[in-house]
Amino acid sequence: MVTVGNVTEGRSLMAHLIRRTGFGATQSELDRLEKLDYNKVVDQLLNPTESNHLSDDLVFRYHTEVHEQRGGPWSAKQWLYRMVTTETPIVEKMALFWHGIFATGYAKTNQARALSVQIDMFRRFGLGKFDVLLEELSKDPAMIIWLDNQDNHSGAINENFGREILELFSMGIGNYTEEDIKECSRAFTGWTLKNAEYMSVRAMKDSIWPYGRISWHYEYRDEDHDHGEKTFLGETGNFNGSDIVSIISKQRATATFISRHLYDFFVADEVPVPQWPYTPPRDPEAIETLADAYMSNGHDLTEVLRVLLKSDFFKDSCYERIKCPAEYVAGCLRVSNSIIKPTMLMNEAVNVMEYMGQTLLNPPSVEGWHEGTEWINSGSIVERVNFAYEVWRNSGSLEVKDITARLSVSGDLRPEEAVQSCLKFMGPLELTEDSARNAIVDHVSKKGPIKFGDCTGEMMADAEERVAEILALIAASKEYQRA
Amino acid sequence: MVSSAEKKLIVIQLSGGNDALNTVIPYNDGNYYDNRPQVHIDPNKALKLDGELAMNPSMGAIKRLWDEGKVAIVNGIGYPDPNRSHFRSMDIWHTAEPTKVLTEGWIGKTIRELDPKGDNVLGGINFGRGLPRAMSCPGVPVASVGNLDTYGLFPSVSEAKDRNDILNVFSQMYGGKEGRDAVSEFLSQTGEDAMIGADVLREAPEKYSSSVEYASNPLANSLKDAARVMFANVGTRFFYTQHGSFDTHGGELPVHSKLWNDVSSSIGDFMDDVREHGHADSTAILIFSEFGRRIKDNGSGTDHGSGGVAFLIGDSVKGGMYGRYPSLKESDQLNGDMHANNDFRSLYTNILEDWFQVDSVPIVNGTFEKFEIFE
Repeated sequence: MVTVGNVTEGRSLMAHLIRRTGFGATQSELDRLEKLDYNKVVDQLLNPTESNHLSDDLVFRYHTEVHEQRGGPWSAKQWLYRMVTTETPIVEKMALFWHGIFATGYAKTNQARALSVQIDMFRRFGLGKFDVLLEELSKDPAMIIWLDNQDNHSGAINENFGREILELFSMGIGNYTEEDIKECSRAFTGWTLKNAEYMSVRAMKDSIWPYGRISWHYEYRDEDHDHGEKTFLGETGNFNGSDIVSIISKQRATATFISRHLYDFFVADEVPVPQWPYTPPRDPEAIETLADAYMSNGHDLTEVLRVLLKSDFFKDSCYERIKCPAEYVAGCLRVSNSIIKPTMLMNEAVNVMEYMGQTLLNPPSVEGWHEGTEWINSGSIVERVNFAYEVWRNSGSLEVKDITARLSVSGDLRPEEAVQSCLKFMGPLELTEDSARNAIVDHVSKKGPIKFGDCTGEMMADAEERVAEILALIAASKEYQRA
Repeated sequence: MVSSAEKKLIVIQLSGGNDALNTVIPYNDGNYYDNRPQVHIDPNKALKLDGELAMNPSMGAIKRLWDEGKVAIVNGIGYPDPNRSHFRSMDIWHTAEPTKVLTEGWIGKTIRELDPKGDNVLGGINFGRGLPRAMSCPGVPVASVGNLDTYGLFPSVSEAKDRNDILNVFSQMYGGKEGRDAVSEFLSQTGEDAMIGADVLREAPEKYSSSVEYASNPLANSLKDAARVMFANVGTRFFYTQHGSFDTHGGELPVHSKLWNDVSSSIGDFMDDVREHGHADSTAILIFSEFGRRIKDNGSGTDHGSGGVAFLIGDSVKGGMYGRYPSLKESDQLNGDMHANNDFRSLYTNILEDWFQVDSVPIVNGTFEKFEIFE
């Protein structure tokens, strides 16, 4: 076990890796990981097999509203449980990544079940070949309704999906013409929802009565497909949607656009997406490296991520991102080890995430959320600080007990020693200003040194209280807002 | 004459889709009873406004204000091509844009117009938690107050002394002027804004005294909180809150009546309070809902419809009916709904131009014929 006050470089790097590919690591997870080779850990992460997590039927037993899929917020709760308890957090992180880009929302679909199905699709295909993911997305019922492809008919196209698949989902603005949008839309005619009219009327009524949310299914209607010749991005043929997906996926523009998104999500906050055509990337070389990996590995996203996670630009990017509310909330609950079984705390956690500005399964628009510093305003910061403080202040959580036990090994601690060690456990984090650390130390000093006695009974309970307070104050810091 | 810099707007959002037909009732129209065999208001109990329209019997306090000429009723309000999704329709009202999906709210944009540098961290306050889209606008500081008495950072710390100690630590943690980078400085600034806002708001309850006893319901609590902040004169221009749920698909009559009793009694109390404290001329109240409900009832309630009713209330308001009440004749209906004939952006334009004296065009995303509701 690592000695307190001396965090190895390996441990610190593992903590960074798990913050980015998951929702943060507990101390015992780091104990295990720091003994392993970094590259091997990355390879294991990218091969997620056992996704043990709190099972859905157990969640349903406590939350009937989740079971009925009554609405977006309730299904969001189910997802949050998964983020907090899964053993393969990278799968949820990728789902969150794609949810931010292929942003589909309850506001228009009125269908929580279809949205959950879409997230599940991201879990299955989110780390695979981009072509496959994009084709699945084009067949995803929630996406079809979200971007009106059920109204995209042969001879009467609706360009909504045809436009966004190019602008927001693959290449970005400036890499195609208005004519390409029309041809793309023609190719996706007939890609619709089974019984679309009835389903959209039902969704419009926004009712779970009388049979609950109905499952939506994709249907291809050949008779409604425009079989004519199309010219798309310079290629001509009798293209169907799948052909368009292949042409899109092999474009360098797609490689670059997806790479920039990956960089933004896993490495460092970029400017908001609408500014991308006018503002060069933070690290143009990194984007080139990732785009090359995409092109030379058959558009396999796992391989792109492998290059990313093993790169120096990734390893050097500690705390260059503002945590999004989902990362923040799931991270606090997961790392503090607060959720063992379903609990009412989760109701509050989902609400608080919304107060922080992120309603899972209901992004503000098809452009997703504006991230980075736009997560922070004088209202959301109050919610973030209060939530993190309260979660970490609970001395009953398993991680607080574990950290206290670790601290007790070296006997009674002076406040500055205790604060210094807790900063290492919480990140390791370094507070920007010495005055900030001194303020915590001064506060802790009011009650004198932290005594562990014989590490049992009231003495230990008191120590856990004191340690919880230190951890909670660190969680309230501005540094903890970043990942 | 109140200067425009002192004028304030209280926004009360009726969430869930308020049944306009049972709010302002066409009690002499046979079509009303034909379409509402189960879910109609007894004409003998309705509060008559004129020969044709009456208020729901539970709106006593608002009716009294109507009799004083302080209530403007905007009938048939909505927007073209109505959307019957709660969320989307609410977004449309919040962003003042029915066709494109926008993210900046009309109130947030107005606050930015009134205070471009964001000098006042309390220009807009939501009473409730979270931030309604209407108030959201990058760079515009806003506060969200769940409960004024416990508002702020670390509400879970119950001992005042402990909380002050911890706030002191917080202010040291966010007080650093020299951040390690721009993001750190931004976090410091936002943390400080939040603390300043919380400090200012904490004093409001101490300064407040009033002879008004507010009704006991969540909306009354929020309006009392709004009054306490308003009387502390901290420069807040927008006070936002919501009440509901008005989504009365089933068992409508008792639920709708209770909800309007809440709204009406709290507004009555609030108006008494602002009058007692000399803020009556500078305060206007806007009440809206994301949509109305269908003309036909479904046996025990009503489903999502279009065309609603909005209210503007205050001592600077010219009371009366604005906009034509939509015809209930089958040939005049819009797929079984009331046909809205007044665009909500006309009402916003009136408020923006004549109450706040700001250019409405960039805020409501276009030019709309405005109402003339203010004195």
